Amino acid sequence: MEMLYSSAVGILTAAGLYLVLRRRTFPVILGLSLLTYAVNLFLFASGRLMENLPPVLGQGATAYTDPLPQALVLTAIVISFGMTAVIVILALGSYLTSDSDSIDLPPGDGDAE
Amino acid sequence: MTHWIILPLVMPPTVAALMILAMRHHLDLARIFAVGSGLALLAIALGLLWQASDGTVTAYHLGNWPAPYGIVLVLDRLSALLVALTVFLALVVTLYAIGTDWDACGKHFHALVQFQVMGLCGAFLTGDVFNLFVFFEVLLIASYGLMIHGGGELRLQSGVQYVVYNLLGSTLFLFALGAIYAVTGTLNMADLAARVAAMPAEDSGLVRVAAVLLFLVFAVKAALLPLHFWLPATYAQAPAPIAALFAVMTKVGAYAIIRLYTLVFGPGVAVTSGLFGEPLLWAALMTLAIGTMGILGSRSLGRLAAFAAIGSMGTLLTAVSLFTETATTAALYYMIHSTLAGAALFLVTDLVRAAKGQGADTLIPGPRFARQGLIAVLFFATAIAVAGLPPLSGFIGKLLVLDASRTAPQAAIIWAVILAGSLVAVLGLARAGSVLFWNTTKDLSPEPPATPLALVSVGLLLATLVAITLGAGPVISYLSATSAQLYDPVAYSAASIPLVDGMSP
Repeated sequence: MEMLYSSAVGILTAAGLYLVLRRRTFPVILGLSLLTYAVNLFLFASGRLMENLPPVLGQGATAYTDPLPQALVLTAIVISFGMTAVIVILALGSYLTSDSDSIDLPPGDGDAE
Repeated sequence: MTHWIILPLVMPPTVAALMILAMRHHLDLARIFAVGSGLALLAIALGLLWQASDGTVTAYHLGNWPAPYGIVLVLDRLSALLVALTVFLALVVTLYAIGTDWDACGKHFHALVQFQVMGLCGAFLTGDVFNLFVFFEVLLIASYGLMIHGGGELRLQSGVQYVVYNLLGSTLFLFALGAIYAVTGTLNMADLAARVAAMPAEDSGLVRVAAVLLFLVFAVKAALLPLHFWLPATYAQAPAPIAALFAVMTKVGAYAIIRLYTLVFGPGVAVTSGLFGEPLLWAALMTLAIGTMGILGSRSLGRLAAFAAIGSMGTLLTAVSLFTETATTAALYYMIHSTLAGAALFLVTDLVRAAKGQGADTLIPGPRFARQGLIAVLFFATAIAVAGLPPLSGFIGKLLVLDASRTAPQAAIIWAVILAGSLVAVLGLARAGSVLFWNTTKDLSPEPPATPLALVSVGLLLATLVAITLGAGPVISYLSATSAQLYDPVAYSAASIPLVDGMSP
């Protein structure tokens, strides 16, 4: 399972990085989403991978899986979900006002405003 | 008294929620609440500063959960100082935005500023690394909204770049935190410090990777070369009062570096020793060089102010990278100075833009503009502060940095870069000022409406610069006590993780 898990994180990160380096906003946003999936999986694994174990010690339980990373992943999911919404709207606004969905600024950006 | 610590995190979002729900169509009411909340926060921050000034470290355990299991806020000299600085700057920016009607060209300006203040104060106060991430996100989310306030084609486009860059930074932050938690099993800073210090050197690989990843995140925030690309377009395109408020945002990166790399991955820690000082020094010197060259090469006042912010981060991080007590004192003094001076430069830029007509801060000869004399005087005073010339505080700040680096092995290079950088900055600022204010044609551009409140708020910033120059003695003695506290983190650890039932947590 460790092999499958870590290669999933690695492939998601690689694909995300490739997409983030593209020139148009849509692939960049997709790349960011893939990266957040990768980091969520990574965070989840940081409490060690366990199978069929309860997150809290109860009666009769001898081992447990660390609940803290799961809470961290929840926080990260909420934040990244909100951020994806923000950047989609922002990219859409930028595309609609400037008629270009290139991530680059036009040449001479800001110099003439 | 301990409950005061939570107020900078509770009051701004409460006021912001009120503004969004009850005052979205009442700008006057929102302004009253914004200023009122700013004044109240300033009073609280000064109270906290006074509370921390005798060296006590106060911890606030949220929900009364025992640390390191619960989240803890820690107030020491450094965090109290930066909270006060943030709150003061936010108040000045609010006054300026009210005076110039910047807050009227889009909804929710004041609410977003309140959230930004909450994020900044939280980042300065928290004693938990994951909580630091959360407050980074709070301040970033607010800054995304503020950055595109008022709209416009270029502003939206640079807004997209800014958001993408910072989302990548946040992803990196989470990777670093995951790695840290996987190795140490804790996220409380003081607990982390104890566990990293006790870690055997042979299985330190993952900690070193995590520490470097974390460092890169803070370097992005602090606009350290080569991760500074987001800054010029963002700061030049953001509404000027917002850019002035962002002057304290780069300092969050510097604060996080100072905090974590003295407390957790300090110079004395075997696992990560020698990993940061040297590389940070070279990167900071190059940041300083790029910043000052940018000042000389900018074709508009907005970009000049942005590059001045990069240059000041270079000087600041040069002092930080030495990781000695005197150097940190110098860094903290320069941090206060450069936040105020950088903010003043952005506000003056906006005064010029307002007087010359929208978007006309390009450095080419143009017609004389209204109130040119007064704005020129303000620009002159701000330029002196930014370049680090006597008699203002920039000079004292640079002198402290130079003095602190005298004993460092790379002293010659540090001195050469800082002094040459100052010269280039003076040249760039002099060129900008003379083109804008002297090389003008006869005809007068139309007079904009008078904005006394805007001038008052620029005056407030400059007066504070004068105050920290005149009161340099007391300020520096507070700051050297601060850095002494930073390099002796026993009190910090003891306050944030008290022994529970005689048992070590």
